[in-house]
Amino acid sequence: MNMIDYIGALPEILLLALLCVVLLVGVFSTDEDQNAAYWLAQFALLAVFVANTNIGARTRLVLFDGMYIRDSMAIVLKDFILAFAIIGLVYARDYLRARRIVSAEFYVLALMAILGMMVLVSAGSLLTVYLGLELLSLSLYAMVAMHRNSAAASEAAMKYFVVGALASGLLLYGISMLYGITGSVDIGIVRNALAGSGGNPLATYALVFIVAGVAFKLGAVPFHMWIPDVYEGAPTAVTMFIATAPKITAFAMAMRLLVDGLQPLALDWQVMLTWLAVGSMLLGNIVAIVQSNIKRMLAYSTIAHMGFLLLGVLSANTGGYAGAMFYAIVYALMTLGAFGVVMLVAGEGSAEADRILDFKGLAQRSPWFALVMLIMMFSLAGVPPFAGFWAKWFVIKEVIAAGYVWLAGLAVLSSIIGAYYYLQVIRMMYFEQPEYIGEVHASGDMEIALSANGVAVLLLGVMPGLLMAVCIAAMRG
Amino acid sequence: MSVLGWLQQHVFFWMSPPWWTFTSILLQIVALVVPLMLGVAYLTFAERKIIGWMQVRRGPNRVTFFGIPWLRGWGQPIADAFKLMFKEIVVPAGANRFLFLLAPILSLGSALAAWAVIPLDATMVVTDINAGLLYILAMTSAGVYGVIIAGWASNSKYAFLGALRSAAQIVAYEIAMGFALVSVLIAAGSLNLRTIVLHQDGSMAHWFWLPLLPMFVVYFVSGVAETNRAPFDVAEGESEIVAGFHVEYSGMGFAVFFLAEYANMILIATLATVMFLGGWLSPLQGLAELGGGSTEALFATAYVGAFLGHGLHWLVFKMVFLLLLFLWFRATFPRYRYDQIMRLGWKVFIPITIVWLIVVAVLVMVGVPPWFHRA
Amino acid sequence: MEQFIFWAFAAMLVFSACMVITVRNPVHAVLFLVVAFVASSGLWLLLEAEFLAIALVLVYVGAVMVLFLFVVMMLDINIARLREGFIRYLPVGAAFAVATVVAMGLVVGSKNFGLERYAAPARKAAGYDNTAELGTLLYTRFLYPFEIAGLVLLVAIIAAIALAMRDTRQVKNPKPERQVEVRREERVRIVKMPAERRT
Repeated sequence: MNMIDYIGALPEILLLALLCVVLLVGVFSTDEDQNAAYWLAQFALLAVFVANTNIGARTRLVLFDGMYIRDSMAIVLKDFILAFAIIGLVYARDYLRARRIVSAEFYVLALMAILGMMVLVSAGSLLTVYLGLELLSLSLYAMVAMHRNSAAASEAAMKYFVVGALASGLLLYGISMLYGITGSVDIGIVRNALAGSGGNPLATYALVFIVAGVAFKLGAVPFHMWIPDVYEGAPTAVTMFIATAPKITAFAMAMRLLVDGLQPLALDWQVMLTWLAVGSMLLGNIVAIVQSNIKRMLAYSTIAHMGFLLLGVLSANTGGYAGAMFYAIVYALMTLGAFGVVMLVAGEGSAEADRILDFKGLAQRSPWFALVMLIMMFSLAGVPPFAGFWAKWFVIKEVIAAGYVWLAGLAVLSSIIGAYYYLQVIRMMYFEQPEYIGEVHASGDMEIALSANGVAVLLLGVMPGLLMAVCIAAMRG
Repeated sequence: MSVLGWLQQHVFFWMSPPWWTFTSILLQIVALVVPLMLGVAYLTFAERKIIGWMQVRRGPNRVTFFGIPWLRGWGQPIADAFKLMFKEIVVPAGANRFLFLLAPILSLGSALAAWAVIPLDATMVVTDINAGLLYILAMTSAGVYGVIIAGWASNSKYAFLGALRSAAQIVAYEIAMGFALVSVLIAAGSLNLRTIVLHQDGSMAHWFWLPLLPMFVVYFVSGVAETNRAPFDVAEGESEIVAGFHVEYSGMGFAVFFLAEYANMILIATLATVMFLGGWLSPLQGLAELGGGSTEALFATAYVGAFLGHGLHWLVFKMVFLLLLFLWFRATFPRYRYDQIMRLGWKVFIPITIVWLIVVAVLVMVGVPPWFHRA
Repeated sequence: MEQFIFWAFAAMLVFSACMVITVRNPVHAVLFLVVAFVASSGLWLLLEAEFLAIALVLVYVGAVMVLFLFVVMMLDINIARLREGFIRYLPVGAAFAVATVVAMGLVVGSKNFGLERYAAPARKAAGYDNTAELGTLLYTRFLYPFEIAGLVLLVAIIAAIALAMRDTRQVKNPKPERQVEVRREERVRIVKMPAERRT
């Protein structure tokens, strides 16, 4: 234990310290809107972002006796997690304020969840994987339940909690098996021990549980049951929070566990992930068609997208991982924007605007944000000039290269099915008469952030190489 | 223990070693429990007498032994014990019979089990284990089951309310108490109770009550709350819920709860003595040096030296003094309101103990003389 | 002797664990869970892990289960309705249970975890202090996960309070410290007035 450990983990330590300040501010502040807590939280995220980007060289650092890994994948993913969290808080603020569920604890829990994600992203040991996951999940359960007067939110929180606890249990069971086989919780040591032991049925058995735990977090079929209910029941701001950064984290978790730790069992988990991906892509895209609630629709779209993300991972080569990383980041960016518009449309009142019908004639009420939503929907559908297209392109390319041509065909087919329901939203916005009159308003910072979000998706569509280069570099180094 | 050694050689020499182990444990238990039970009996007598004096009345003054006039009243606890023994145990209708009868046993069992690790003097202790302090915390925390189960199994509203009150109170104060003990273990650098006492060696000013004064106060007040004694006795609260969790108990069931309550009082007082008041150490230690003499010489004085020096009797004296405080509190303070009890526990004691814990940790790390030095 | 104690505790543990999930009364289930904890702490004592054994009793038996019992006692759980769901999901549940048991039977056993693969740990010397050893490890090698575990608890506290605490701004709580400070002059005003003449 020495100073380098603490300097290397400075982003996490800084976040923790500032989070405690937010907590104390919340205790003593009498402001109903908790503006001080909000700005402090934003400052904390920004400061951690700066610290994370600038501290130390981008070489691989292993700290705290192997518990903490700081490599370029961790740095890049953490940067995106923090950036999305900053934008997410901007979007969430008005929504929370209008529905009187804003409290300092909300921001504290959000920061805690981000801390959990950061811990998970740089986990070097099965122990820290689990603890980071718990820190993240516990905060999210509470955030879902924050809207205390809403029965739907309570129900969603309960379901999320029960299923999440089960998932943690499965993961932990798998981890305990691995510990039993290898005698260590250190991911590197586990990998070496497994590589040495050859085809151990016990390791495959443990792998089943680990894959199940990861699939729960991603929301891949058949471990997807919680996603629609939680997405629909939770306050939209929280849904947005769950749908973005944690998905990047789930990707990191898959990387740490399956690739860093269980690479010797790659042949086994490739098969498992293949079926997860097939199920997710088909079920997600088909069931999303019949949804009338946009949050629920986006939930099934998440399931489908997670199937695509798994395509990248199951290719089991650097290009595939980079493609999956690109997919995770772009997916989070698109979903962030989509939920941003959903919250924007919901507006000042306490009501939700979560039916797809609520988007009728949005183009007349707010041409600019209808355009942003159009970009998001096209991108989610994977229409060429947008970022979502490239995300799909990279993973399908890798999966073909890995020899799964039939899987690639299935992916293309399911994405064509999926285009239907995204285009449905666009039809509502542009070809229907509005049910409500009046312009759609938001505070200035939200309008700027949302516009930037739309532009970013478009920009990444035009120049995907910018992000892809970063992803490939992260996977190499 | 040398007495045990003597017994093994001269009385139980015919036993094989495993049997002797078993017998010696039994003997030690008897040697502990019998004085303890007598202590409980006479503690109730002392309580009635002392509170009587404080309230300018006489207290029990009738039952005596063999008609000796100056022992009037001294037979009262024995008479009470016999009365309770011959009363019928009534199990209420709809009560859970097994749990109803188990509850008082659990209550007393946990109060007695903790005595296994308490050092009575430098060598006299049933088991000298390293994690003694933890063991005590575990045993005392298990005592709450007796209360909860009694309240639930009685199938009675008053009993249930009393049990809830009592359990919430015990859980709340246990935290503060635990933290206070943690500060002791930080200061002493050990979980072993014997080592903790030996660490207080030196003089009265070396005992932990002085360096850990806030913790001593918190510990003792929590101890009063933990045993459900006045002014924290809302669990019994006769003006509100009759007698609380043991309202449905009669005869021996009630007697065992009663024993448990007083045994817990004695336990808390003894623990406070061991943790904060130097256990069996003599308060005269170090005093002679102030006048230019030496403690060794004082303790070596003929006839009185053994009394002045360290020994079990000092432990008993200190314990009796603390027990007197228990009684004194009861005679003096009006009962707390329930929300005030909770407030004191959660919002006053726990923050104080946490802050002081950090202070103690820093003091130990820096090594502030004369109390703290780095191991 | 040691074997006998082991079997006794193990039997107690398995029995009470089975009872936890089969007894009808939830309070009894919680109490059996307490027994199960005590039995497993006995097993830990046999393994010379006295700190873990005592901590198990202290934390689970002394604190967690008390609160559990508290909640369960106050809940009015309708067993009959729970049973209804039990029957309905029994076929699916049983299928999964059988599959899991078979899979576990295949891999978890003396074949993979037997004494020939994992030698029994050597007995430690009499003065060995398990507690100190654990403390040293927790604060050096496992410092980072240990701190995060602390954070997880902090989140649990914050979440529980944030979810359970009602808005206090509308509630008028008495403030004891203000009540104590009250002086007579603030509450009672003595007014001097001339005596009234009876009419």
